Amino acid sequence: MTDPRAEIISAYAATAAMPDDTGHFPTDNALFGGRFMPEALMAVLKELTEAYEVSKTDPAFHQEFADLLLHYANRPSLLTEAHNLSARVGARILLKREDLNHTGSHKINNVLGQALLAKRMGKTRVIAETGAGQHGVATATAAALLGLDCVVYMGAEDTRRQALNVARMRMLGAEVVPVAIGSQTLKDAINEALRDWVASADTTYYALGTAAGPHPFPAMVRDFARVIGVEARRQTLELTGGLPDAVCACVGGGSNAIGMFHAFVPDESVRLYGFEAGGSGVASGLHAASITGGSVGVLHGTRTYLLQDQYGQTQESHSISAGLDYPAVGPEHAYLHATGRGRYEPVDDAEAMDAFRALCETEGIIPAIESAHALAGALRIAPQLAAELGREPVIVVNLSGRGDKDMHTAAAYFGVDFIDNGHSEGGEQ
Amino acid sequence: MNRLQDVLKTARAENRAVLIGYLPAGFPTVDGSIDAMRAMVEGGCDVIEVGLPYSDPAMDGPVIQAAADQALARGTSTPDVIRAAGAVADTGAAALIMSYWNPIEHYGVDRFASELAAVGGSGVITPDLIPEEAGPWIEATDKHDIGRVFLVAPSSTPERIALTAAACSGFVYAGAVMGVTGARDQVGHAARDLVERTKQATGQPVCVGLGVSTGDQAAEIAAYADGVIVGSAFVRRLLDNRDPRRGVDAVRELAAELAEGVRRGSKAR
Repeated sequence: MTDPRAEIISAYAATAAMPDDTGHFPTDNALFGGRFMPEALMAVLKELTEAYEVSKTDPAFHQEFADLLLHYANRPSLLTEAHNLSARVGARILLKREDLNHTGSHKINNVLGQALLAKRMGKTRVIAETGAGQHGVATATAAALLGLDCVVYMGAEDTRRQALNVARMRMLGAEVVPVAIGSQTLKDAINEALRDWVASADTTYYALGTAAGPHPFPAMVRDFARVIGVEARRQTLELTGGLPDAVCACVGGGSNAIGMFHAFVPDESVRLYGFEAGGSGVASGLHAASITGGSVGVLHGTRTYLLQDQYGQTQESHSISAGLDYPAVGPEHAYLHATGRGRYEPVDDAEAMDAFRALCETEGIIPAIESAHALAGALRIAPQLAAELGREPVIVVNLSGRGDKDMHTAAAYFGVDFIDNGHSEGGEQ
Repeated sequence: MNRLQDVLKTARAENRAVLIGYLPAGFPTVDGSIDAMRAMVEGGCDVIEVGLPYSDPAMDGPVIQAAADQALARGTSTPDVIRAAGAVADTGAAALIMSYWNPIEHYGVDRFASELAAVGGSGVITPDLIPEEAGPWIEATDKHDIGRVFLVAPSSTPERIALTAAACSGFVYAGAVMGVTGARDQVGHAARDLVERTKQATGQPVCVGLGVSTGDQAAEIAAYADGVIVGSAFVRRLLDNRDPRRGVDAVRELAAELAEGVRRGSKAR
């Protein structure tokens, strides 16, 4: 039997060749990653890098982190075989149930790690950006638990799309600041958080919610999320006797995906599929598929693929999923794409919503719309893989979050009203 | 020696600080911004920073964000910004471009530096680029004799100040406060301390920006720094005076007030 505590610790403490010690992911064509930030933030980034590096080898930190993931966040998360859906597509679909974590998504793994680091660095205040609100909720949760002040920046458009999560954050004692500039979504929330941080870094920890941003965030966020793939790999071996043929994850900034992929990178037989938000279709221009539909550039401190015009101005992204609605991607995904190790494909809104409904109706699981993109991609590749391998493929899907927050979006999309206002049949008196 | 170095050397010979004014190109229009920048030179600016409006100005406060948004909404492009820099250079002032990194990288570092040099521009300020990430940029700017200006901050260690100053050619930009652009009531002691620490590391001129908006503040800084940089206060004048002619007059008046302050402060050295 695997000891879950030892598994969590080894997942975090593992060393990786990338990024290199300057924070870059070098490829033949581009030097991804790096640290494109004002000099004013270099001191705190250095302080953070040192704290992160110490934490990787510090037994006391390992125990604290493992305690929180085991006894607070509900790890290890289940690997659920989706039998009904599997029968439909001729594949074994295994769902990594990050939706069952405390706060309802994979985000809690990263946030608990970063909040512990914040305490160790002597910071009293934590700030975060959020898109769908899951990272904001996780940050507000960790701040409440560990006694930190918390401010969450959220695009004004997203506060409307994700009103439930705004309420949750406020209930947890966080201040939610709607950002009403630019596209009023995740990228503008990051800009506003950076503006706060450059003036407050003495006392404030910036808990970036995805594996992007300047070094050391891409590596650090990956390492805190890495337990997802380590568990999924072991669970798949236990369940099927072998490695999966493919692992699938949705990719916005890409923290759930890199957390899932990283443990599988050395397993050459395992295909890594990242599914980007295709919005109305990449050809329409209204999408968030930074790798498929973007080009190499620098945004929010890192060199990566992003959506930009001919003059390097960021273009607005579009997705039905607030959590994927970001015009860039973490630099390690850029690296995995450029080196051919990862495969990145778009899944458009309609395909994702079909998968969303299918999972609800066949398995009794309501996924986050973000996660539905990964599921839709898995359903797409299942017949391809089956044909290629000449057998039923085993596909692990990272179910990165649950869909409660998406009920309004789903109701509007499917044109139904789930709310019983007392006028329909069956209402109790 | 390029124009920027020339202007700084002349001012040093006169034992006075230079006045550097910032305005984003394309605000309120490209031609309107050129008119305003010319007025800033007439009012007494020695150097103009022509801002390249960017979609994600994470180091700018609300005033410059608003101007950049309007400039981008009107379609201001990188060639427009270079044209504006050329128009400034034609006045005899030193023309710099201030830009976040991605627009420069995406345009092509060599193309950007060569086109700026071709219109008479003499430097580029890159607030989100550190020397460690600037290899190809250092090569391109050296090749085309374009000054490189990196920033130091109150949080910078002596090692980073030395490294950053060594990578600058032109002057070192000392950020007076920890924070984004925008007028502040007080510039504070951090600026003076930072200038002193930077001067221990380099013989290059050190100019102070972030938060400066009045003649008295300019005078205070000119007493110890080689240059005073003012941005948001100029943009504010244009935002507050929607009639273009009144806006141009207002920036000219502000430039004159600041130039007087710089000269007054320089005498107190």
